[in-house]
Amino acid sequence: MNSNILSFENVTFTYAPEDETVKPAVKDLSFSIQDGEWIALVGHNGSGKSTIAKLMNGLLFPQTGKVSAMGRMMEEESLWDIRSQMGMVFQNPDNQFVGATVQDDVAFALENNGVPHKEMVLRVKEALHQVKMEAYFDHEPHHLSGGQKQRVAIAGALALRPRLLILDEATSMLDPQGRMEVIETIRELRRATGLTVISITHDLEEAAMADRILVMNAGHKQLEGTPEAVFLSGNQLTTMGLDLPFAMRMTHLLREAGVELEAEHMTEDELVDDLWTYYSRK
Amino acid sequence: MMEKMIFGRFIPGNSIIHQMDPRAKISFVFVFIAIVFIANSAVTYGILLGFTLLVVFLSKIRLYFLINGLKPVFILLIFTFFLHIFFTREGDLLLDIGFIEIYEEGLRQGIFISIRFLVLVFITSILTLTTSPISITDGIEVLLGPFKRVKLPVHELALMMSISLRFIPTLMDETGKILKAQMARGSDIGSGPMKERIKAVVPLLIPLFVSAFKRAEDLATAMEVRGYRGGEGRTRYRQLDWRFVDSLSLLVLAGLAGMLWYFRV
Repeated sequence: MNSNILSFENVTFTYAPEDETVKPAVKDLSFSIQDGEWIALVGHNGSGKSTIAKLMNGLLFPQTGKVSAMGRMMEEESLWDIRSQMGMVFQNPDNQFVGATVQDDVAFALENNGVPHKEMVLRVKEALHQVKMEAYFDHEPHHLSGGQKQRVAIAGALALRPRLLILDEATSMLDPQGRMEVIETIRELRRATGLTVISITHDLEEAAMADRILVMNAGHKQLEGTPEAVFLSGNQLTTMGLDLPFAMRMTHLLREAGVELEAEHMTEDELVDDLWTYYSRK
Repeated sequence: MMEKMIFGRFIPGNSIIHQMDPRAKISFVFVFIAIVFIANSAVTYGILLGFTLLVVFLSKIRLYFLINGLKPVFILLIFTFFLHIFFTREGDLLLDIGFIEIYEEGLRQGIFISIRFLVLVFITSILTLTTSPISITDGIEVLLGPFKRVKLPVHELALMMSISLRFIPTLMDETGKILKAQMARGSDIGSGPMKERIKAVVPLLIPLFVSAFKRAEDLATAMEVRGYRGGEGRTRYRQLDWRFVDSLSLLVLAGLAGMLWYFRV
């Protein structure tokens, strides 16, 4: 129980509590996340995943149920303490850049938490190093690409040395290259520090890299499991408006066409390896 | 046109003026503005002009660049010059061509006021040209510090300023995009009579406002999540560094004031 970094217990939240006709955005949701896990929370628009993000860091409080983080219940008193151990990166790279330059922006959360100046300088450097943006120390945001801005946002979250990093659709406004940059950064970070990551996304390619996937639909948890297990229920995902990763769709179609592939492939590389060794195996 | 304007622009550099503490520079400019009014004779105005040129020289900003960038100001300058020449009627009559009468005092006043104006514009431009907007904000925050006691929200004002500065390029980009989007839909902003042109700005402004509000909301959320709770208990990443040059600059300014007072008529 102690290794639970975040948990929801029977959480229900509605934006209009008085109005009975409005369906709750999140309905009787329970899940828990262990220290060091990478969780992907997927669902199409309106499935309640953004609301969950807001419940996670106390921007919203549930009407019923309990949200707890870092072993403490989310309340007014514990709120700021919990937030200082939790980093969050949002969708729009421009709208979360507070500082005038890269270093100012990374320092923002540190300033808010009263970190002494000397310590701050070290931590800003360290955080920028972790996302490989040291070279852009003094750059202004409008001279950076979307992917670079998101990496700075991640550095801004990391500077506080959080235990948990939440990515709320952090890659959805980026071009493919920017998306790869951000995902690579997260993978590197996980390798180096074992940081707990929750990525909220509708991109199943990104979700495929997680340890565990939670699929949200109309405010409740539809599926939960490893990427392999979740993707096997292909049709269910498609009816919820989620697109399977390209490699998986390809595998399905090839199998339907009578090509006997070895496994359900989640990445293009695996699929390609299987295909080019196909004849020699026979 | 916009590229040549140097109001509020910052030219990075490493001159002695660039390296000065923003607090020193801002105080310097304010005291200087007061001092300028001591001057009242040819010698004192000469000293002021000489001093200003020295500051320009020290800032390593080319005089040509400064003059070229301040062209719109010169129009105003020439206008006030002629205003004084034509409307001051004191002293000896110098020139009389029909309806134009120029008096000695008018010419003197015209020249003096022009120098005063020029000197003020140069010095304030040097401040913004050699100090990054964010340093100016830092400087203002510290200088206004004492006013916290009378409940002036100094920290909030400084933060507002720095966020506005941060979002200027973002909103400029956005304006460009909206402009193109409206043009693609057949709106014609650049031509027609004045009334039509003003009307055409509305479909530009409304989407811009909508998006600015959206951005503000997102930014507020992002700030809250990153632990922003107002100015209390906050530490500062940017540290200001008051050095010998800064004290010296204010001493020089005091010297200048003394000199002007001495040569004043």
